[in-house]
Amino acid sequence: MKNQDLYNYILGIADNSLILGQRLGELCGHGPNLETDIALTNIALDLFGQTRSYYQYAARIAGDGKTEDDVAMLRVERDYKNVLLVEQPNTHFGHVIARQYLFDVFHLLLMTELQNSKDETLAAVARKGIKEVSYHQRFSGDWLKRLGDGTEESRTKMQEAIDHFWPYTAELFDTTESDQKMIKSGIGVDVSLLKESYYKEVTETLEEATLDVPENPYFKKGGKQGIHTEHMGFLLTELQYMQRTYPNMSW
Amino acid sequence: MKKEWPLWEVFVRSKNGLEHRHFGSLHAADAEMALENARDVYTRRNEGVSIWVVESKYITASNPEDHGELFEPAQDKVYRHPTFYNLPDEVKHM
Repeated sequence: MKNQDLYNYILGIADNSLILGQRLGELCGHGPNLETDIALTNIALDLFGQTRSYYQYAARIAGDGKTEDDVAMLRVERDYKNVLLVEQPNTHFGHVIARQYLFDVFHLLLMTELQNSKDETLAAVARKGIKEVSYHQRFSGDWLKRLGDGTEESRTKMQEAIDHFWPYTAELFDTTESDQKMIKSGIGVDVSLLKESYYKEVTETLEEATLDVPENPYFKKGGKQGIHTEHMGFLLTELQYMQRTYPNMSW
Repeated sequence: MKKEWPLWEVFVRSKNGLEHRHFGSLHAADAEMALENARDVYTRRNEGVSIWVVESKYITASNPEDHGELFEPAQDKVYRHPTFYNLPDEVKHM
């Protein structure tokens, strides 16, 4: 493929949204109450909408007759480039909120920078998605503060959730070989430069939520290289079921 | 402790120039959450430009038993109703 690096770069962004969207979709009909249920599935739909633009673009670049569905649904686990954070299970509402918030802050910083990409298509997708992503952060940040600064039980659970997901945050700022080439050519965002703003923002919110900022020197990584946690296979089985069972099906 | 969040009534202004209309109700812990929930439940598809929320307990409703005195004026006093005016086509939403 002529544009292999650009293709990889697009998947690196798109897969995060797809996999997180799938996790949130699992909550459809299982939210803590009707209003939150709708909010979480709305976020899932926002993310899926964004991934469509990315995968359509990626399929066009691949140029081998592949469609967006092939790219999104029919890869093997090792070919998905999402970070480990987004594939982690829902467990309880505190986990859903912690995972969401820790991703949203990164996502908003990334979209803000991606608007300036030399690649017109990526810049346009970022401009379109930024309002949605900034609402996501408002939603998850508000809940983080409510639960952290809530009852003793909600605070304990929220702290446990933040501690649980903290080791997954460092991977957000790693760059792959393809990423680096895209950064050099002015198409990609150098995510390593977002690290400082990210932890500053997260720390401020945690303090407002009366939660402790974890001090964890050990971080879990691998997703960007396609090496996933044990949860990923189960998630993909459900995600890919329809396309694998009824190839080329569409609504 | 009460487990249920209080009920809120949601009013949405569909576009500038129109009045807020009652859209429905939802549960929320406070006003801020009620606004966010209203956004997610009612206005995600360009339905409006402004949202009001008010806790349902602050709305005083009329009693159905008073229907007669409140809503059934004497029908023979036609001069009470502006039925003799023709509305120009340009006037909408009247």
